[in-house]
Amino acid sequence: MPGKNSDTRYTKEHEWVRLDGDIVTVGITDHAQQQLGELVFIELPELERDVVAGEACAVVESVKAASDVYAPLAGRVAEINETIVEDPEIVNNDAEGEGWFFRLEIDDTAAFEELMDQEAYDDYLETL
Amino acid sequence: MSETLQTTPLEQWHRHHGARMVPFAGYSMPVQYDFKGELAARCKGGVMAEHLHCREQAGLFDVSHMGQAMLHGHGTAAALEQLVCGDIAGLKPGRQRYTLLTTATGGIIDDLMVANLGPEGLFLVVNASRKAVDFAHIGTVTPVKPLEDRALLALQGPAAAAVMARIAPGATDLPFMGIARLMVAQVNCLVSRSGYTGEDGFEISVPRGMAVTLANRLVAQPEVVPAGLGARDSLRLEAGLCLYGNDIDETTSPVEASLTWAISKRRKMVWDFLGGAAIRAQLDNGPSRRRVGIRPDGRAPAREHTAILAPDGQEMVGEITSGGFGPSLNAPMAMGYVRRDLSDDGTKLTLMVRGKPLPATVVPLPFVPHRHVR
Repeated sequence: MPGKNSDTRYTKEHEWVRLDGDIVTVGITDHAQQQLGELVFIELPELERDVVAGEACAVVESVKAASDVYAPLAGRVAEINETIVEDPEIVNNDAEGEGWFFRLEIDDTAAFEELMDQEAYDDYLETL
Repeated sequence: MSETLQTTPLEQWHRHHGARMVPFAGYSMPVQYDFKGELAARCKGGVMAEHLHCREQAGLFDVSHMGQAMLHGHGTAAALEQLVCGDIAGLKPGRQRYTLLTTATGGIIDDLMVANLGPEGLFLVVNASRKAVDFAHIGTVTPVKPLEDRALLALQGPAAAAVMARIAPGATDLPFMGIARLMVAQVNCLVSRSGYTGEDGFEISVPRGMAVTLANRLVAQPEVVPAGLGARDSLRLEAGLCLYGNDIDETTSPVEASLTWAISKRRKMVWDFLGGAAIRAQLDNGPSRRRVGIRPDGRAPAREHTAILAPDGQEMVGEITSGGFGPSLNAPMAMGYVRRDLSDDGTKLTLMVRGKPLPATVVPLPFVPHRHVR
């Protein structure tokens, strides 16, 4: 599966988080995109916005419903993926790659280590 | 969940076809499918794909959760007319009509279909969530015989007629809102030409024990795939049709709900039905609010309970009652109630979506033109 490796962590809210230096890239998992179905609208956070861990900061909408996407870690929004706003289908096609949502400059890289690794996330999915 | 959900006779059939089952009005119902095998080659499944397949070919909906009942005997039409705003006495055998059960104050207890089956009596189809209320209410004027032993399937879409022509002799002779007892795939059914999508289509009442057989025969036709409640909702909203509990309820009148057309001409002469005086007064004086179609600018959907403000973004003037994204419209769409002076087509409104003002416009309904046969 593309993008799933040991440097990627996951949240119970079905976000994936990839660390590079003090920047994390965040998106929704393939499981999440499957559950949501075809996305028709995405709203991303504003650049430079400070977020706390667990804060709702993006929105995905399918035909049926709207869902929040949460900041997995505290930090500042450093980059957003405008291409998924133009074409939300990218997230359905490649949720854990081209369909990334935003990048956060994080204060505490140790907190990253506390997120679920792939094995833990896969186990978590089994419980749902 | 502590409450046990009721199931339709197609529960296992849905699961076999990859349905995601959800609770709806006390029933376990398919919201969407992840098709496998041959059906996957026709349609990948999911709300959007099922919706588009229904507009392009045909979708098969299990609506067995809805309430079916018979009213037998002489004088039942006159009895029922005490409670509904439609002309039931004037309904010809083999015809059905959309009508409303009204409250004493002019609210809506339910919207329903009433069919005249001739000597057999009147056949009713009511909303699942309102079955108990409706049947108790109607039971005060005439005995109600609920048809617990019947399932209900809806075949909807431009290919529905070609499918029925193959397996149900006589079905395509039915005009829109016509109804008849017919053999469908060698099963004795009650078939009406009606639906909840704006497309041509048929609603098929079938004995519970034959529902799986019939569903299998229908999806064996190359145009047909099952479609879930998700697609049913986006299709009906594009068609501008009300969902009971969202767009209409006991606090909304037929006049406010822009359903005045459902009050038959003869009934408007005398207003002799429950709540008739209140509804007449509202029609004479004008309602304070009206249900309208709303198109948000841009791509962001505005969902139910979204606040509607005046164009200046200050004053609260209404609320969205149904809202989503229209797959065929390829744009967000909504219905809601707005103050009457802001209910004309073309009026600009402001919707508050996640704390931000979203410009929107009042538009005529339906969003997608109906394609019923005439």
